[in-house]
Amino acid sequence: MRPQRTVSPATLWALGLWLALFFAPFVAGRFAVYLLGVILVTGLLAMSLNLLVGHGGAYQFHHAAFYGVGAYTAALCITKGGLPAWAGLAAGPLAAALAGLLIGSLCIRLNKLYFGMIQISLGSLLWILALRWYSLTNGDDGIHGIPLPEAIAGPGGAFACILAAVGLCLLAMHRILASPFGTTLRAIRDNPQRCAAVGIDVRRHQLAAIVIATFFAGVAGSLFVVLEGSVFPDMLFWVYSLEIFIMCLLGGWFTFFGPMLGAAIIVLLRTLVGGMTEYWTLVLGVVLIGLIFFLPEGIMGIGHRLRLYRRRAAGASSPRENGHAAG
Amino acid sequence: MLRVEGLCKAFADFQAVNGASLTVRPGDLVAVIGPNGAGKTTLFNLITGHLQADRGSIRFKGEEIGRLPAHEICRRGIARSFQIANIFPRLSVFENVQVAVLSAKGLSRNLFRPTRRLVLRETESILERVGLQNRRVDLAGSLSHGDKRILEIAIALGNEPELLILDEPTAGMSPEETAATLELIRRLARDQGLTLLFCEHDMEVVFNVATSIMVMQHGMTLVQGPPEEVRANPVVQEAYLGRE
Repeated sequence: MRPQRTVSPATLWALGLWLALFFAPFVAGRFAVYLLGVILVTGLLAMSLNLLVGHGGAYQFHHAAFYGVGAYTAALCITKGGLPAWAGLAAGPLAAALAGLLIGSLCIRLNKLYFGMIQISLGSLLWILALRWYSLTNGDDGIHGIPLPEAIAGPGGAFACILAAVGLCLLAMHRILASPFGTTLRAIRDNPQRCAAVGIDVRRHQLAAIVIATFFAGVAGSLFVVLEGSVFPDMLFWVYSLEIFIMCLLGGWFTFFGPMLGAAIIVLLRTLVGGMTEYWTLVLGVVLIGLIFFLPEGIMGIGHRLRLYRRRAAGASSPRENGHAAG
Repeated sequence: MLRVEGLCKAFADFQAVNGASLTVRPGDLVAVIGPNGAGKTTLFNLITGHLQADRGSIRFKGEEIGRLPAHEICRRGIARSFQIANIFPRLSVFENVQVAVLSAKGLSRNLFRPTRRLVLRETESILERVGLQNRRVDLAGSLSHGDKRILEIAIALGNEPELLILDEPTAGMSPEETAATLELIRRLARDQGLTLLFCEHDMEVVFNVATSIMVMQHGMTLVQGPPEEVRANPVVQEAYLGRE
């Protein structure tokens, strides 16, 4: 078998879309650009979660905690620590990864649901800190008016910064998933016992995946600061973790871009339907029920199924496709 | 190569393995036989570190491995297949074996090189040896039961083991599949100088393939010896083979 050099169509489309989006501020209204920014940041967060859920098979139940740690670290470093804004924004992902390492090494000793439960407990502690430590975090008021460098302070600059950062993160995640680390991670998802029997240290591998995923969640947190210029405790609330979990399921948790699509749908639903009625979650509920019945692998799961079907129809002799990660 | 002595393991009140002993020399094809519930699978799980023994010793190449976790034991040269088809259902057949080869080469944690360009030749050669090369792009979960069992052996081979442990390799197979699998096992042992430890219900298979047979009952080792000796042993005849 010869390695293929071709890039999958999905990757080309994504690259084209990414480049085209840089022109969005010149053609779209201010609110539309802001909404795109929200989708990108939320999508990055959902995709970082999906590294663990869809590709790693881990019960990462409180991913929003690391998002919040990233955002709060950036905000506090800039407002209270007196750090330059760029350094503060870089500190966010590092702090999130550190939190991922600490909480992860406590959780990883437990299996499945217990892993998820202890993570919700520890993550909720962080939420309480953000909510109640008034002198540091301003409590439920959050931190507002975080000063940012001029280049990214305006809506156009903020959007370009977010788009560039999200693009780089997606590229990195794609490479990680296509690497032996990623292949092994999916093998652990499928069958941890078998992995141990082929000599893989399952816990260490999963812990490394948690650190990587929480790092990207921290990037999303820092980008939230760029987008909004503020942070608030609800970012760490466990219900928000559930919401990003749903984004993964909705978009297609066995695919690469699925969670981004899921994030787009939920953000748009919340903004558009939420503008008309406060019961927008009712619409979400109906969408989810339909999803479970008709598309158990999410919206982008269709593509995967179609490919499987075509592959089967074409017979086993067809050349190997670009692999799972390409989505 | 492998020496097990006085091994015991209890689950709650049930003494699954109760004083099992076993010797495997390099190049041996050792079969473990015994009625259902004799403790064969538990014994294998103890040897490969998937369970921890209560008492007794397991020495592999002179080193005590009884307290090591499964992945450490695998790295020391013992690979295994499982009684139920234990594969990676959502990975392709090729990736299933590739994961094991990457692990054996210490590449599992590499983050920067694309998997689709790594260890291709090694993986391909294993698939050819077991005859799955035409199924390489299929998802492993879509294989037939017999092919899944073969894939299991292929995954184990990916680790380049010195000792290969097979837990009922022909369970649930049709007679033709059983014959083909037997031939495969014999060929692997002959061509690669693999040492094999397996358990099996089919007595024909056992006496056809094994160079040494260990008989287990109630978690204990009754006897271990060459096939003729075991067949002639009166205790074994009474306990298991049945008198003619």
